[in-house]
Amino acid sequence: MTEKHRITVTVNGRAHRAEVEPRTLLVDFLRDELGLKGTHIGCEHGVCGTCTVLLDGRSIRSCITFAVQADQAQIRTVEGLASGPDLHPLQDEFWNKQGLQCGYCTPGMLMRACEILEQNPDPTPEQVREGIASNLCRCTGYQFITEAVVAAAGRMRDEQPWDPTRPTAATTVSEERP
Amino acid sequence: MTAVDRPSAPPVRIHAETRKWVGKSIRRVEDPKFLRGRGGYIADLVTPGTLHAAVLRSPHPHARIASIDTAAAVALAGVHAVITGAQAAELTGPLPDFGPDPANHPWRCLAVDKVRYVGEGVAVAVADSRYLAEDALGLIDVEYEPLPPVVDPEAALADGAPLVHETLGTNCAYERTFDFGEVDRDFAQADVIVKDRLRWHRSGGQPLETVGAIADYDHATGELTVHTNSLSFTSYLFMAAATLKIPANKLDVRQVPAGGSFGSKLFVTKPLVIAGMCSRAVGQPVVFLEDRVDNMSNCDHHGSDRVYEVELAMMRDGTMRGLKIDTIDDYGAYIQFGVGHHGNALAQVVGPYMIDSVRYRVRAVLTNKNQQGAYRGFGSEVNNWMLEQMVDKAARELDLDPVEIRRRNFIREFPHFIPSGNVYDSGDYDTVLDKALALSEYDHWRAEQAKARAEGRHIGIGLITAQERSVFSATEFWFWFDEPGAPVTSMPESVTLKVDATGGITATLYSCAFWGNSPETMVAQLVAEEFDCDPHDVAIVYQGCKNGLPATGPGGSRTTVMLAGAVEGATAKIKAKALRAAAHLLEADPDDLEWVDGGYQIKGVPEQRKSLADIAVMLHLFKHSFPDDMESGLEDSKVFDHPYTTMPSADRKDLGVFYPFMGHACHVPVVEVDTETGGVRILSYAAVHDCGTLVNPRSLAGHIVGGTAQGIGTAFYEEFVYDDDGQLLSSSYLDYLIPSAMEVPELAIGPG
Repeated sequence: MTEKHRITVTVNGRAHRAEVEPRTLLVDFLRDELGLKGTHIGCEHGVCGTCTVLLDGRSIRSCITFAVQADQAQIRTVEGLASGPDLHPLQDEFWNKQGLQCGYCTPGMLMRACEILEQNPDPTPEQVREGIASNLCRCTGYQFITEAVVAAAGRMRDEQPWDPTRPTAATTVSEERP
Repeated sequence: MTAVDRPSAPPVRIHAETRKWVGKSIRRVEDPKFLRGRGGYIADLVTPGTLHAAVLRSPHPHARIASIDTAAAVALAGVHAVITGAQAAELTGPLPDFGPDPANHPWRCLAVDKVRYVGEGVAVAVADSRYLAEDALGLIDVEYEPLPPVVDPEAALADGAPLVHETLGTNCAYERTFDFGEVDRDFAQADVIVKDRLRWHRSGGQPLETVGAIADYDHATGELTVHTNSLSFTSYLFMAAATLKIPANKLDVRQVPAGGSFGSKLFVTKPLVIAGMCSRAVGQPVVFLEDRVDNMSNCDHHGSDRVYEVELAMMRDGTMRGLKIDTIDDYGAYIQFGVGHHGNALAQVVGPYMIDSVRYRVRAVLTNKNQQGAYRGFGSEVNNWMLEQMVDKAARELDLDPVEIRRRNFIREFPHFIPSGNVYDSGDYDTVLDKALALSEYDHWRAEQAKARAEGRHIGIGLITAQERSVFSATEFWFWFDEPGAPVTSMPESVTLKVDATGGITATLYSCAFWGNSPETMVAQLVAEEFDCDPHDVAIVYQGCKNGLPATGPGGSRTTVMLAGAVEGATAKIKAKALRAAAHLLEADPDDLEWVDGGYQIKGVPEQRKSLADIAVMLHLFKHSFPDDMESGLEDSKVFDHPYTTMPSADRKDLGVFYPFMGHACHVPVVEVDTETGGVRILSYAAVHDCGTLVNPRSLAGHIVGGTAQGIGTAFYEEFVYDDDGQLLSSSYLDYLIPSAMEVPELAIGPG
């Protein structure tokens, strides 16, 4: 049996220590070890973007990233977006605009949208399209996703100032796994 | 004209003029869990301790399996079983197959003596994890004896071509020619015969979630429980039980949300059978989840792959007279749904045009490729494309404007029976066209086109006016045969509505769960319309096939119509009981009561009323307040059968009515082609659809954009490419190109 490696990964504000095989993919670690099933597996070769998470603030494909590569990193996944009963403005606008149909690409799309808005809080629809071109959606044709991201950007700028780096109540607890 | 008597017109529904919920673009009731990453897809349901199955796929398109050595794989720590195709053939029967003559092209969950396409499974390994299962696959030694592959469908028909199935004696799995109307007369009288050879290449649904199944066989009870994202044709799952060699009442297939389908999760039984077989063999729960290569090469749901020779008989004034279609369809190595795809085509074979006669010849050819299944339109969309190509060519040859040639031929009186026998219930194609021309700024773009041409740029303006059939009948799968083996006619859908003691309503659905359409939102809106409640307060649950009511699931554009019929029927039963109860409680004659705003009240006396909650609590808890024959509770079901099917004539000159509701659409794309690079840029895209009554218009708009994106993919980017040696060249998303947000334009969407 291959030797396991000890890693510490902080996911949505919670630190997790674990021992993993070097070949364990980050997406499998998140889903199977941490039980965070919101990050989905689509193509398994880094094209579709369904498995997108933010690693130290930048979107990555967790299906072609090893868990050991995330050692000491800060990971954000879809589970970190909502705060209790309150949806994140992006989630709320995806709901309002019907920016999803089957919902399978949605977590990856939301995390990529987070990154886009962190880099540019006031994108044009064209900029949103170019930004989300990293992620495939087979259902919607992207039109309502684009509308949702633009609408959420407006809310996040004007109505609900939201600091993505500020831990929310749901993510401040530090939990270490044995 | 045909010799048969036309049936009566399809049923016309009178809808309430004012509606509270139907027609409102409410937020979908399904979405919160998906937005939070709590969708509960099949992969999310895998629990610790579940074993994982992985399938070894053939690298050869056509080869005899000389031997399989699994010893090293079985010896690997963490591996529980390795089952070869030959062993699987002892554990399971052939897979459910609606194709012609299945005994002569048997289809199994794993290949037995030879492989027939790249990607066909030859063995399955079951291990503690997917990683270990794939390690085991690497240790299986298969000795193949390669055979010459047959790849081109026309070459497959030639004498001496290698045979995909030797027992069949030919690669032509099915051939038939139908004549509807006076074809020879119409062609003899025509001024011009427009001819073309057309090729529609192979693409597919490719949902971002693959197919998977979690099976748990209980040796104590002999029961097999399977969760899968492909529960459809619920009433036909007894066939899967037969494959698994268990009694139908010991199989429970439970539906879970699917991450997209577009047809490709329609009645997928192979993963279900593989997982079920493995679980029974090892006595533990087993999950089989396709990976992407499994899905692309072995999903059994590639789309249509047709060669057409078409002739359109025209008069010089632009009038269409007759249509001759001769198509070869490359089905791949098996033909699970027969030529039902061409039944879909025949439902709307003449498009929106007055064409008096049709000759339709189909040859279904077997080749060394993954087999066809369902993809958005199930073959009808290919007929639309073919016909619109012919209409445009006719316009060019007759020097007619593409708008004008369509207007000259539109059907304008309804109901209209087309030559194949199917009916168009209603429509207003001129209005749809007018709206599309306005929405697309058609005249503006014609001017821009002329201006650009003068500058040496090439702008093209597309125009299609096309049909979209709705609510398939089972007849389309067997009217191909003069003596069909199983001329079934049932494709029902069921709903149970329960009003609890507080007046809360739960709807139970019996077929496929959510797969990107929104059955829960739709049913919730319909229930809300009937009972004057908030759709977001309606609970929706699913019942699996065991002990469930008859159901079929999505497919053939039927879900909304069929579930609406079931909801309406169940509502009527519940309201009848509630009315009787209310009349008893109010000491009034039922005829003096009316349903107003969520309850029954005495006409003209609104203070004398019982809300649904008032009635429900009494019916649930106060049995002795009612007459003896009144049972406790407030729950009822409706099995809604197909609303309008008529039988084909014995001579098959008329196929009867098998798709009784006909939608219509007009799309106008404007593109610019760089003639040096071949690059295409979409400058504008307008779409107008007439679907009849809409439940959630924004959901429809979303499906129009998404469907158009897939059409753009098929036209420009997506293809399952098999080379001359039968290798699948596009078996990843690096080669099978799904349009991104940069390839799909902003659509202008209009109402019909």
